This record gives sequence, structure tokens and C-alpha cells, in this order.
Amino acid sequence: MTDESMQLDGFNESYAEKYGFSVPENYVFKAKKGLNADVVKEISWLKSEPEWMTDFRLKSLAHFEARPMPNWGPPMLQEIDFQDIYYFVRATDRESANWDEVPAEIKETFDKLGIPEAERKFLAGAGAQFESEVVYHKVREELSRQGVIFLSMDDALREHPDLVREYFGTVIPYNDNKFAALNSAVWSGGSFIYVPKGVKVDMPLQAYFRINTQNMGQFERTLIIVDEGAFVHYVEGCTAPIYSSDSLHSAVVEIIVKAGGRCRYSTIQNWSTNVYNLVTKRALAYRDATMEWVDGNLGSKLTMKYPAVHLMEPGAHGEILSIAFAGRGQIQDAGGKVVHHAPHTTSKITSKSISKDGGQASYRGLLKVDEGAFDTRSNVVCDALLLDEHSRSDTYPYIEIEDQDVTVGHEASVSKVGEDQLFYLMSRGLSEEQASAMVVNGFIEPLVKELPMEYAMELNRLIQLQMEGSIG
Amino acid sequence: MSVALEIRNLHVSVENKPILKGVNLTVRQGEVHALMGPNGSGKSTLAYTLMGHPEYEVTAGQIIFDGHDLLEMEADERSKLGMFLAFQYPVAIPGVTLANFIRQSINAHRKAKNEHDSGMPIPEFRRFLKEKMDMLDMDHNFAGRYLNDGFSGGEKKRAEILQMAALEPRIAVLDETDSGLDIDALRIVSEGVNRLYGPDLGVLVITHYQRILNYIKPQHVHIMLNGQIAESGGPDMALHLEEHGYDWLREKQGESAE
Repeated sequence: MTDESMQLDGFNESYAEKYGFSVPENYVFKAKKGLNADVVKEISWLKSEPEWMTDFRLKSLAHFEARPMPNWGPPMLQEIDFQDIYYFVRATDRESANWDEVPAEIKETFDKLGIPEAERKFLAGAGAQFESEVVYHKVREELSRQGVIFLSMDDALREHPDLVREYFGTVIPYNDNKFAALNSAVWSGGSFIYVPKGVKVDMPLQAYFRINTQNMGQFERTLIIVDEGAFVHYVEGCTAPIYSSDSLHSAVVEIIVKAGGRCRYSTIQNWSTNVYNLVTKRALAYRDATMEWVDGNLGSKLTMKYPAVHLMEPGAHGEILSIAFAGRGQIQDAGGKVVHHAPHTTSKITSKSISKDGGQASYRGLLKVDEGAFDTRSNVVCDALLLDEHSRSDTYPYIEIEDQDVTVGHEASVSKVGEDQLFYLMSRGLSEEQASAMVVNGFIEPLVKELPMEYAMELNRLIQLQMEGSIG
Repeated sequence: MSVALEIRNLHVSVENKPILKGVNLTVRQGEVHALMGPNGSGKSTLAYTLMGHPEYEVTAGQIIFDGHDLLEMEADERSKLGMFLAFQYPVAIPGVTLANFIRQSINAHRKAKNEHDSGMPIPEFRRFLKEKMDMLDMDHNFAGRYLNDGFSGGEKKRAEILQMAALEPRIAVLDETDSGLDIDALRIVSEGVNRLYGPDLGVLVITHYQRILNYIKPQHVHIMLNGQIAESGGPDMALHLEEHGYDWLREKQGESAE
């Protein structure tokens, strides 16, 4: 066995042991593989959805089928076989708001993820997504009293049909792109949050996601509405078990932040390395509103994700902090988009990527300033860290400025973990692995300090795991 | 019993170019040696080689420390054995605080001595670090800054001696620690070293100039020329060099080569 394959084995072993666990499949309902109008109708029928949603799904499917694959991005994208995927799995027949009623197998998985602990300490209300539907969902009484709605999207559609219908698909229309169309056709699960005027939710709202069926796609749909002067921090974290064939994950996240409101959406994505993760995330920020995306991508085979902020009215501010870690066989095509539609708006994009063992990390970003959006300021910084000679980092910064009175800064840097850095740290007694992990953790420190403590620790652990036995 | 660092007939090449051509030197705990010499004579090559930089290829000779063959060991193992190098050009590690780095280094050393060690408790570490920082006249806020990132020349050198104080080595090599220091910083850094000095610490001061030797007093002075120790003597030799330069030695070396 070559040195490289031994390292890979070591990596996979520890990964499988710590994060690759899976429980036996035990599903009440599992749709057939593949996609057509009947599958879509069946999903909608099983969920007893209103007719407008069934129509929306079918319209989206038609667009998905008619639309060609994107002709940009990594070639690996073309390898997806849409007919070899399950589009809907229901883990239990009903949801549960009581922990005691959650089936033992599912609890076991959650225990390994530390969710009960997280629940006690941090959760204001958790929608933990196991498979395609929310099985455990609890909203803290305090939140309900304040009028905050935090439900699975399926529940929201049943309980607040008018509110959902008013906003659903308005930020990301069904025909936005091929994968948004796919999600619109087969979506299942995801969160719905409504924060009323002036209400500031002081604890992060969290949801955990897992994929647990071979070849099963996950198409969650999240919609967050932050009303005037309100605030919410939503945290989404994922760890997924390892399976041998490819899985598809294509989410849509729509966010509306009304005047004076603020929303922060944090993600740590650690899908197993056979998952295609193709996500459309977009937010609209109105007068004096702030939208912040904090987006960490560690796992998956291929991730394409560019959280977007549209600054709709004067005073709006958008921030995107993106981090990507690409290991062996992984492509992380991440970044962010900001569009300044209005004058007096500001934005900031910070991207950090790490590549090792032949992984490829790209920053792909768009900064656009419309004509008439004067007195706008934007700053884009992308830093890439390469851990070895075989890895790659690319930068695709698109900038379109159509007004004169605009201040734009753009900096990009690529650095390598140098022999000198490692030698310096090792000369104080740190092993080569410890030294490398220290350089990497230092590199992502600006992101980590933006996360809630628990997530910061999880991210540091994940990085440590990614580094273990991986230094040649 | 005091421990010795013994360098025997050391030959080192960098990118296939021979730099050190048979260096012999022994430094014991409790001794202070100065290694002087003009630029390019091989002083820093010796420093990096002693610590185990992978770019420096040892083509012949031995380095023995406390009975161990250092050439068989990685830099971290040498550190845990009690070797220390204060770098001429300390490397910046953005995002890693000086305190965090020192704590992890200390814990790595503790674990090497006792595999069940769970690290120095944080309150104890705080007290420990503050005490060492006070000794070097360093602001406590310094501990929270990112390692060598945006440090001035003087701050970097102080941070090096702080690490030395924290790790309590048996043999310390100070590579051009005086370069880039103004006179006040030089005094503070030197006093720091002097306070650490004792029967358990041997020091090899590598320097281009004599001035640091006004503060750190060596018992032995060695002069390196063309990758060899050309001359060894007592403290007076440093003063002689200051007055007469290296030419007399070059001539002498030239004569002996004929």
C-alpha cells in the first residue's frame, strides 16, 4: 500500500467511526427511485397539500425537465444521474414534540450528534430533520408567546397557509435555476420562521440535518421572514453518514428582512464525501436592514453554494462569510453574491478556503451595483490556504458596476502552509499534525469567532479530524 | 549530571551546496558560548541544523544531546528533549494567539514526560504566563495577539525569549537575537536571558556584533569562517574582533590551508 492510500484509509476509518455511523433503515414509506410527474403528485398527495402547492410543484418539474444543466462550474456536476435518486422518504408517520416519543434508533443517532445536550444548553426551539421530515420539533413557550413561528415547512403550510403562500417562492422563483426548480418540485422538510415586528430572538434557533438513506435526495425548503426591527439568528448544522453511492442534496433558503430588521444565518455543512450539495440561498434586505450569511463547508463531494444578499432599499447592509475545506476528491465551489439595488448600501464578502490532498476550493462571487445605486460601498476579501502541492484554489470574482459613485475593494491572497511555519511550530514541541491543524485553525479563526460556542468547538473538532493522519 | 550538546565534525549542505564543513563544538548546561562570524559564514545554518530544519541536509558528522542522536529526531522531539532555538526571523501564524501557542507547546512537553498528563490547568497557565511576561517587561495584552503577526522586530524577539522562559530548555540557541533591537530592547531581552541562565541552562549566542555580549557574558567565544570554527577563546576575543575585524583570521585560515 502506498503512503497516500494508507493515509486515506486512516482518514476514512476515523471519519466512519466518529461521523459515519448509520442506523438500520426502517421507513414507513419510501418512494420509487427516479423523477416524473407521478412521483411529484404522490409527494404532494401524501402531505395533503393544497392544490396551489401541487400546481407549483408540477410547474417547477416542467421547468426542471426543460432546463439544461448549467454550462459553468465544475465538470463533476454533469455526473449526477437524476433517475437514480429517491425523492421522498418519510421516517416516521408523525412528528413528535416530545423527546420520549422519538423512536430509539433515531434518538441513538441524535445522541451521537450530541443533540440532547445542545437542546438543553442552547436550543430555543429545535427542528431536527431526520430524513425528509421533521420528527422532533419544539418551540420554546417564550417564543410562541412573542408570536414567533418556528415550524417545519410542512407544518407551516398546514397551519399558516396564507402566510406561506404570500412569501413562498418570491425570493427564489421556481424558474431561478435548474436546481431551485428541482427543489421546488420535490421539496420536503426545512424550516419556516416568522419573527414579528420588533421581536428580538436572543438565542440562536437551530436545526440539525442528516441524510440516512442510500441514494436519497434531501430537498429541504426554508423560508425566514424577519419583520420590521426584528432579529433572529438561525443555525443549520449537518453531519452525514458515509454511503457508497452518490446522494443529492439541493436546498432552497429564502429570507426576507424587512426595514430595520436583522437576520444571521449560520451553516456548518459536513455531508459525507459522496454527496452533491447544490444549494440556492438568497435574502432580500430592505431599508436599514442587515443580512449576514456565515457559511462553512467541510464535507460533500461537490458543493456549489453562493449565498446571496439583495440590498433592496437605502441603508441596507449585507455580509457573507464563507469558508470551504476541500480534501481528497472534494470540490468546494463556494462564495457569495451581493447586488446593490439601492443607494447608500454597504456590503462585505469574506471568503476563506483550505485545500489539501488534491482537493479543489474555488471562490466564485458576484458583486453587482445597479445604475442609480450611488454612495455604495463594498469590500471583498478572499484568502486561500493550500496544504500541499497537489491541491488547488481558484478565484472567479465577477464585478459589475453600473454607477459612478461606488467604492469597491477587492483583495485576494493564496498562501501555502510553508515548511518554515511548520518548522517553527514543531521547534516548540508540536507534532507535524498539531502544527498543521494550528495553522488551519488560525486561518479560519475569523469565521469561528462568529459562531455560537458549541458550533465553534464542533468546527474545530471537525478540522482536527480532517487533519488527522493526513499530512504527507 | 550536566547535559552536553556535542557537535562532531558536522557537514551540512543546503540545496546541494556545502555550507558547514566540519564543525566541532560542545556546549554544556551552565555554560554560555558565543558564536561569532561574518555574514555567510554558516552561523544560522548551524542553528537551523541543530533544531532539525528539513531543508538542511547533514552529509557527515554527528549531533549528540544527552546521549541521544539528534539527527534521528524531528524538531518536535528535539524540543521535548530540551533543545530550544530563538529564531532570527520568527514566523507569523495569523489567528493563533501567542498564549494559545505557548500553552499547547507546554502541554506537548508535559505529555512527552507523562502520557496521562491532561495539560496545565488554565488558571495556573495564566499566572505562569503573566509572571514570565512581567520578567520581560511585556504588556499582558500581548498574550492575546496573533503569533508574530504584525509584531515589531523587538516584540518578536521578546516573544521568542518568552517562549524560551515558558519551555525551560536545557540548551538554548539564540540566533541573532540582537538584530533589529534598539538598545533598550536589547537590554530587556538580555536581562531576560540572564535571569533564565543558571546551572541547568546552556546557551549558545549566535551574533554578528559584539554588543549583545556586553549584556550576556560568555565564558567561551568561537569564531566561524567558511563553515568551520576558525578560532576559539575566552571573552576577550570578542573585544579583539570588535577592534580588528575578521581579516586577521581570514589570513590565518588562508595560511593554514596552504
